[in-house]
This record gives sequence, structure tokens and C-alpha cells, in this order.
Amino acid sequence: MPADTETLDTVRDLTEGGYKWGFETDIEMDFAPKGLTEDTVRLISARKNEPEWLLDWRLRAFAAWQTMEEPHWAMLGYPKIDYQDAFYYAAPKKKAGPASLDEVDPELLRTYEKLGIPLKERALLAGVESRNIAVDAVFDSVSVATTFRETLAKAGVIFCPISEAVREHPELVQKYLGSVVPPSDNFFAALNCAVFTDGSFVFIPKGVSCPMELSTYFRINARNTGQFERTLIIAEEGASVSYLEGCTAPMRDENQLHAAVVELVAMDDARIKYSTVQNWYPGDSEGRGGIYNFVTKRGACRGARSKISWTQVETGSAITWKYPSCILQGDGSVGEFYSVAVTNNRQQADTGTKMIHIGRNTTSTIVSKGISAGRSNNTYRGLVRVLPKAAGARNHTQCDSLLIGDQCGAHTVPYIESRNPTAKVEHEATTSKIADDQLFYCRQRGLSEEEAVGMIVNGFCREVLKELPMEFAVEAQKLLAVSLEGSVG
Amino acid sequence: MLHIRNLHASIGDKPILRGIELTVPDGEVHAIMGPNGSGKSTLSYVLSGRDDYTVTAGNVSFDSVDLLAMEPEQRAQAGLFLAFQAPVELPGVGNANFLRTALNAQRRARGEPEMDAATFLKLARAEAKRLHMPDDMLKRNVNVGFSGGEKKRNEVLQMAILKPKLAILDETDSGLDIDALRIVGDGVNALRGPHFSALVITHHQRLLDHIVPDRVHVLAQGRIVRSGGPDLARVLEAQGYAQVIAEAA
Repeated sequence: MPADTETLDTVRDLTEGGYKWGFETDIEMDFAPKGLTEDTVRLISARKNEPEWLLDWRLRAFAAWQTMEEPHWAMLGYPKIDYQDAFYYAAPKKKAGPASLDEVDPELLRTYEKLGIPLKERALLAGVESRNIAVDAVFDSVSVATTFRETLAKAGVIFCPISEAVREHPELVQKYLGSVVPPSDNFFAALNCAVFTDGSFVFIPKGVSCPMELSTYFRINARNTGQFERTLIIAEEGASVSYLEGCTAPMRDENQLHAAVVELVAMDDARIKYSTVQNWYPGDSEGRGGIYNFVTKRGACRGARSKISWTQVETGSAITWKYPSCILQGDGSVGEFYSVAVTNNRQQADTGTKMIHIGRNTTSTIVSKGISAGRSNNTYRGLVRVLPKAAGARNHTQCDSLLIGDQCGAHTVPYIESRNPTAKVEHEATTSKIADDQLFYCRQRGLSEEEAVGMIVNGFCREVLKELPMEFAVEAQKLLAVSLEGSVG
Repeated sequence: MLHIRNLHASIGDKPILRGIELTVPDGEVHAIMGPNGSGKSTLSYVLSGRDDYTVTAGNVSFDSVDLLAMEPEQRAQAGLFLAFQAPVELPGVGNANFLRTALNAQRRARGEPEMDAATFLKLARAEAKRLHMPDDMLKRNVNVGFSGGEKKRNEVLQMAILKPKLAILDETDSGLDIDALRIVGDGVNALRGPHFSALVITHHQRLLDHIVPDRVHVLAQGRIVRSGGPDLARVLEAQGYAQVIAEAA
């Protein structure tokens, strides 16, 4: 309940401001030359002291990428991206990686402070009471600090930058990297494979329930830097983990490219809960600037009774192209997708999921809430595919769209393919507008129009927000209200 | 408290209110009765600031302030409450959360400290109990899946918690059974005092058996055509609107 009050507070605070996270950090950066060639790939790999196999892997991906075409089937319109006009590697200038938080550039720490990331363990403990969160913060291309490593290590959990995992746990990385999203999967995934710079690696061994929430904040800071992070999470038999990714980017006129890949692997009885709160810079009200977000996220439920649950709150980015998916291979495995996507002004989002039912008695649930305001366009695109051997497969999909104003668009594009006669697939969709009588009712009780919209929208998204870890649900509610600011009246 | 002078209002080109004159002093409860289409609900919406209506003439002062110049939320914050004839559903918004947010929005606007969740919940539970509402109505979503009677009682609960200076009850009795009618009546009577006024809009005498008004006004064709004491309601009930309006004309 206090969450909503905070939502309202935020709306008030923000009436003067614009994008709250629009500051830049002035830190000396080490750039790779602009443009993308095989040399860029080699340079990135060399800077990261990568083993030969990974360089080969990158080069194969780069070769594949060169033969691929940027996909244009999504309901998104944007000027042609010049892939040669961007930097593919930017790192804060430092001699060596920090051994502890004390060695981290204080300017960086201040940036994180502004972002509200509890990097310091003390602050972390004080701020979240009984629940501990480990943070792996990624600043442009280099992961700067990882907290709570020891506690996690005791439990046998590995949580570290993926570049470090490549060095410390090459057998695990080599076994799983690209096993869910192969390098040739799609144009943006191939690009990521070729030039990814960092990201998180999580390994939860057999039978271990991760003792704390894991969290990564990504932030694009340098100008014209694409961010290509790579995340790999593996939960062995009976293991479980909850992971949260939060994103912000400073305000910029140029459009910045972001193409991440996230791979999840769940073995027998394993559970992975992956939550995202994304508020990359959405561009200004005229559609200038903003992040282009082309992301491939996919989880493989390899084991029997395994479960992968995606929850996303997408409020930022000028362009969102994102379909967190589940491959339900293990018998009785479960896939879930809970999504809130908000678009305002000139933002465009084409997002949804794919649920691929392969094993018997696999079930999937899709709950998508799209909110469009301003002159934005918001598309749900989802695929439910039941393969011949997936006897007893079940899916329930619910897609709700909420329109604010009369110049925005909401679209629902469900694809359903069932090749097993025992499968049950249900799809429900609704489209509604915030009704004048709802607004008036709230205002008659003393709420301002914006408070009323915040309340109604949060109500509309309740089913999804309740899936988020508590602390992040609060954050998400704030973001919803902030993103819709100025959308009425 | 409330002074309405020569109030004219229309929807589109259609005039609905044609010169309302009405004064409700502090501490008084006035009933507005009248046939369908006489402008009763329009009056409640115009006073609360719904923007489908255009005020074409006249003025309204509330606590010596120009009511018509205020936004709907400012009117609410100043102490005007409308119990809706058809309360609106807010899916996913918890009743208690909604009410506390509303209460605190009003308190903030008045420069009072906000009420914390625990204090609020205690207050809300106590008021709900007095209105014979089960606790779970506070947890449920605002008016979603409520029966007609529950919605009306929920309006009265909101009124009890927000403690307005002026409550407008727009046919709150419609759709209520006798027990619910008494509960609603008790809810209004509990607020009665020197700093609470009410405008009770109704078709029927029966609500006025529970909420005995200081004055009764008959509204016809957008004007108040007759005013009197509580007895006028009984005359109306016995003789019908047509005769009373005809006599007034």
C-alpha cells in the first residue's frame, strides 16, 4: 500500500523534471575505434584476454551476422541504423579491475548512488531489512563491482561478470554459452555474440536455493556506445534463483543501440525467476533520441518439472523489440511471462513472448498488459507453439491493452500453432480506455488527474506487478506513473 | 455554506438547469426531490465539477469561495463529497488503498499531515463495522463485483472516512432494501453536526424517514418550484409530483 503513495509522490516530484535519470558521468573512457569489422571483434576479445575458443566463436558469429539482414517484421518504424557509426567498446580507464569496492572510482559509485543502487553492502543491508540482494553493476562495458560474493560462494553460487566467468569457469561457459540462443539465431543475437562486452554469469549448483535475490543494473553512459551485454544463468537440478535486471540510460539526443542476449537454463525441478525493470531513455516528447532496444531473451526448461518465469516492466526505450521466451522441453515444465509495457509520446514497443511446448504436460501462462499514451504504438506479439509430442500441454494467454488519449495505438498479434490434439490453448484479449467516469470518480475524491491515471494504471497492471520482488514492485509502480506523466489533460 | 444563485447549465445545446436558487446553511440537511429529467443529477454533477456540463449563468459559493472556478479535486479537497448514483469500478485498485490515497490527497491539500497506513486501517475498519460492511470489502477492488447495495454502502463508507463539509447524495437510496436503507441513513446521521451539511437527492420519501431533512425542495424542469419542511416530502408521496408542480406553477 505505501507503494501507491510513493507513486504519487514521484509524480509530484517529476512534474518539474523530465527524465530523472538523465545525468552523465564524467569518467575517462577507453574506446575502441568507431565501426564494426573483424578487427573490432578481435580487439574486444583481446582487451578481455579471452581464450582462443571464444574469439573463434565471436568471429563465426560475426561472419554469420554479415550475411544476415536486420528484421523488419515488427510493427516498428525507425531510420536506418548505421552499424559502422557506433563505438562497440568503451571502458572506464583504469589500470586493473578493482579488487574491492574501495578501489572503485568514487565518481562511479556516486553515479550508482544517484541511480539508487545499493552498491555498498552496508547500505544494502540497512535499506532492505531482512532481504539481501547481491548487485553486479555493469557500467557501460565493464562490470565494476560485485557484492556479496562470499556469501554466495559459501552456498556454491557463482555470480560474477561473464568476462570473469570465461576466465574462472571456462568449462561452464563453453558448455552453456549459445546453447539456448545460438549465434545465428537472429540478426541482433549474432551481433551480440560478435561484440558482447560484459554481463552477468550465474550458476546455481544442484539442490541449492540461492540465498538472496541477484540483481544487475545496466547503464549506458558514453555517447554513441552500443551496449551488448550477455547474461547466462544456469540452475542445476532442484536449484532456484530470482534475478532482477534494472536498466537506465542518461539523456541523449542520439539514438543508442542496445542488443542484449539473455540465456537461462533450468534442469530437473529447477526454478528461475527473471525480472526486468527497463527504463532506458525513451527519447523526448517529439521522439528525438532514446534507446533502440533489440533484445533476445530465452529460457530453456531442459529438465522435468522445471520452471522459468519472466516478469518485465518496460517503460523506457524509443524502440523496444523483445520477446522473452521459454522452450518447454522437460515433461511437466512450466513457462510464465508477465509483462507490462508502457509507451508514451513517440515510443514504439513490439514485445511479447514465445512458448514452445515440446515435453508432455507442459504448461505456460502469458499475462500481457500494454498501456499506450501520446502518439505511441504498443504491440503484443506472442507465439504459442505445441509440438506433436507435447500431449496434455496447456496455455492460457491474457492480453489487455489500455489506451490513454486518442492518438496512440494498441495491437495484439497472437500466433497459435497446435500440433497435438490433447493440447488446450486459450487466448483472451481486451482493449479499454481509461474512462472519463473513472477519472472523474477519482478526482471527486480529491486525487489530481495524474494521480488518478497513476492509480488506474497501477490497478490495471496489478496482476503483473505482484509477480515482482517487493522492492522492485515499488520501483515499477513509480516508473509507470512517471512514464505516463503528461499523458492526460 | 452553500449558496446557489440563478444557476443555469446545459449539456451541449440543451439547457437542463434553468435558474436554481438554493441556500444550504451550515449543519442543515436539505432534500431535493423531483421527477425524472428534472435536473437532479445534473445539479450534483455541476456542483462537483464534471466537465460534460457547461454552466451558462449564475454562481455558486461554497464556504464563501467560488465553487465553479475550482477543479473537481479542489472541490473535493475543500470538503465537497458526491455519493455517486452509479459508483464507478476501478479494477485492480484496492478499496482501502484508494481511500487512503484520497484521504491523504485531501489532507495534503489542506496542509494536514498524512495518515499512516496503520492508523488509517484502524479508522477504516471501525467505520466499516458501523456500516455493517465486512472487512473484506476494504481489500476488494473499488466497486468491482459489488452488488448495487454494496456499492452504495461503499459510497457512505468513503463519506464517513473523508468527513466532508457538504455531502451530495445522488439517489443513494435507489436499489437499496430496507435494511441497507437504514444503514445508509445511520451513516449520514452519524455525520450530522454544526459543520456538516447535506443535499439528499431522492425520488422517494422512504430515505427521508431515516434522514429527516431540515428542508425539502421540489425540482422541476431545472428550477426549484417549491420548498418546505419535512412534511412536503410526505405531501409529494401522497399526491404525486404532477399535482404539487401544477400547484406551484
